[in-house]
Amino acid sequence: MKRIETKHLLGLENVSSKDIETIIDVGFTFREVLERPIKKVPVLNGKNIVNLFFENSTRTKISFELAEKRLSADVTNFSASSSSVEKGESLRDTIQNIHVMKMDCVVMRHPIPGSCLQLSNYVDVPIVNAGDGTHEHPTQALLDMMSIKEKFGKIKGLNIGIVGDILHSRVALSNIFGLIKLGANVKLCAPPHLLQRNIEQHGVSVTYDVDELIDWADAVNVLRIQRERMGVGLIPSIREYRKFFGITSERLNRHKKEIVIMHPGPINRGVEIDSDVADGDQAIILDQVLNGVAVRMSVLYLLLGSKDFE
Amino acid sequence: MSKGLEKNKGFILLKGGRFYEPFLSIDAQNDILIKDGIIIKIDKNIKEEKKYKIIECKNNIITNGFLDLHVHFREPGFEFKETIETGSLSAFYGGFTRVCTMPNTEPVIDSPELIKFIIEQSKDTPVYIHPIGAITKGQKGLEISEIGEMVEAGAVAISDDGIPVKNSQVLRFALEYAKKFNIPVINHAEDNCLVNDGLMHEGEMSTKLGLPGNPDIAESAMVYRDLSISEYVGGRLHVPHVSSFKSLEVIKMFRKKGVNVTAEVTPHHLSLTDNILKYYDTNAKVAPPIRSSKDKKALIDAVKSGLIDCIATDHAPHAVEDKDRDFKHASCGMIGLESAFGIVNKTLAAEKVDIADIINLFTVNPSRVINIVPNLIKEGNIAELNIIDPSCKWTFDEKSIKSKSNNSALLGQEMLGRVLFSMNKGYILDCKV
Repeated sequence: MKRIETKHLLGLENVSSKDIETIIDVGFTFREVLERPIKKVPVLNGKNIVNLFFENSTRTKISFELAEKRLSADVTNFSASSSSVEKGESLRDTIQNIHVMKMDCVVMRHPIPGSCLQLSNYVDVPIVNAGDGTHEHPTQALLDMMSIKEKFGKIKGLNIGIVGDILHSRVALSNIFGLIKLGANVKLCAPPHLLQRNIEQHGVSVTYDVDELIDWADAVNVLRIQRERMGVGLIPSIREYRKFFGITSERLNRHKKEIVIMHPGPINRGVEIDSDVADGDQAIILDQVLNGVAVRMSVLYLLLGSKDFE
Repeated sequence: MSKGLEKNKGFILLKGGRFYEPFLSIDAQNDILIKDGIIIKIDKNIKEEKKYKIIECKNNIITNGFLDLHVHFREPGFEFKETIETGSLSAFYGGFTRVCTMPNTEPVIDSPELIKFIIEQSKDTPVYIHPIGAITKGQKGLEISEIGEMVEAGAVAISDDGIPVKNSQVLRFALEYAKKFNIPVINHAEDNCLVNDGLMHEGEMSTKLGLPGNPDIAESAMVYRDLSISEYVGGRLHVPHVSSFKSLEVIKMFRKKGVNVTAEVTPHHLSLTDNILKYYDTNAKVAPPIRSSKDKKALIDAVKSGLIDCIATDHAPHAVEDKDRDFKHASCGMIGLESAFGIVNKTLAAEKVDIADIINLFTVNPSRVINIVPNLIKEGNIAELNIIDPSCKWTFDEKSIKSKSNNSALLGQEMLGRVLFSMNKGYILDCKV
């Protein structure tokens, strides 16, 4: 049975490249399981997993739930609105309640960076970060890397671009940590004020010119533009964003080389990406969704599983 | 009475110590004899008598009690975090015999009645409290409060504490008006628009942690504005808890021009870097934030060169429930009185700063900022002094904390140098218990 060293999946910053590779490899095994007529394996039989979502989520939550059910785990869902966090409901109290109920694993999404790590101080079962504010979203990056590997057969040496609001994106940060560890070259493209200062210190390069990014990249991960960023002066208008940073078919056609287009979803069609690009042959967006279930199965299995399966 | 605290009764002889009195520029080997809390003799070699209780001071330094210009004792309004009584005890354990309390209580200390209340509450405590009154009524930043009345009642400075005076005209009025009463104006130097909900220093670590950054320019831009106004009106500004290299450059520039500006640094800004937040330790969440190693080095250099006048702890007690929360909602601030000397001495001794200069940062220097008449260590005066072992190694641990709260990012750290005994107002405290 394959094993990983890490006890939790709090982020990719503190996970070794070996663990990341193992998670992706095992992910492919589960991907194969998902193609079977009966897509359920008994490896987490009798394990109780709680999905704690302190922030609205549809896709990630469904993906985790599906992954858990296909591993035969028992699933408990807890959802609280972000407003309960704003009201100051104590994370610790919620957690301790759950802890005494003897859960085997916690999957948590929370709007505040660091919450999953803080949680690990209170409970001793594996914790999976399903997104902590503007910090990390490790399973998203793992599924992105798995999709890249599926498409190219490798990750090392590839040129991977990320375009969008990098500053507020947990998807971007986890991708940066993960991709750099696996030897990819990463270039970021964003409006200058939506990039962390000195982000280059983390081993990436930066451009403000999306055409330069497209020229350089083998694949580009297009981040969703959060509509709440508009109206607070960060993005002047959709029209302007689309003009300078949007992935349009017109723009892609100007470049000779065909690149792979990725998107973590949900897509704002006509904002960061055009419909025909999102639905076109270059895009692997739906593969990403499927790989998301597989890689989450892999993570939960590796953190919790005791039995082998085939 | 708390453990270790006693009324200073009978004869006590401090034997064989180095006597350093920076207010009087005395630095000599001297014994000191105290009777019922009053210094009756200071001399080379006072003969021991049977009735004397002897405190062996070999290798120790006898010096003045410390003064902290910046503490929060939370009373009235937040007595579950700290009270004047528990805060005073915490101060005394750290060697502080005088503290200046910030006015951000409930209600805000913005009237002479409330200044008198604070002083009244401290009557029976072993430390003197010199309250700081609010610059504006209710700390709202709109109208200046009764500054003159507050000064007559005992206020030694004015500040809206953690809330910067945003309106530049209001700050101008305050700086001008305060001239009549010869007190400094202390303005929390952060431009909240630039802070932009930042939760830690903006830098490599904030990127890694995904926490919104609070840039150093949020502080330095405000220091620049404050000093420009102060220069224009000939006011007296004291910059609290300087945290950044950039702000130091601004202070240096204005001081060179002859502007009357003083500045303090906290023990945590002087000794820690933003690396301490690696695991989202909410105890290290403070305002302004703990910054980079470059800033830390600049702060140490500024202490050495005299650009920074003194140490002030910004002792900010918070209950467990205020700190044991997610990083965004956790309160800002850490306690500092009991660890101040140990951590500052450790940091500065490693930089080859002389112990006398370190003591000055806690005694004569802050006392010049607020112009209080010091109680000198001389015959006939009530003993207000510390016995310090500058080479004592000890660990700052939770169990020994006398403050009502224990929110400190320094817990578990080794300290160098310790106040062994503190005397004031007729009390003697054994600080090691």
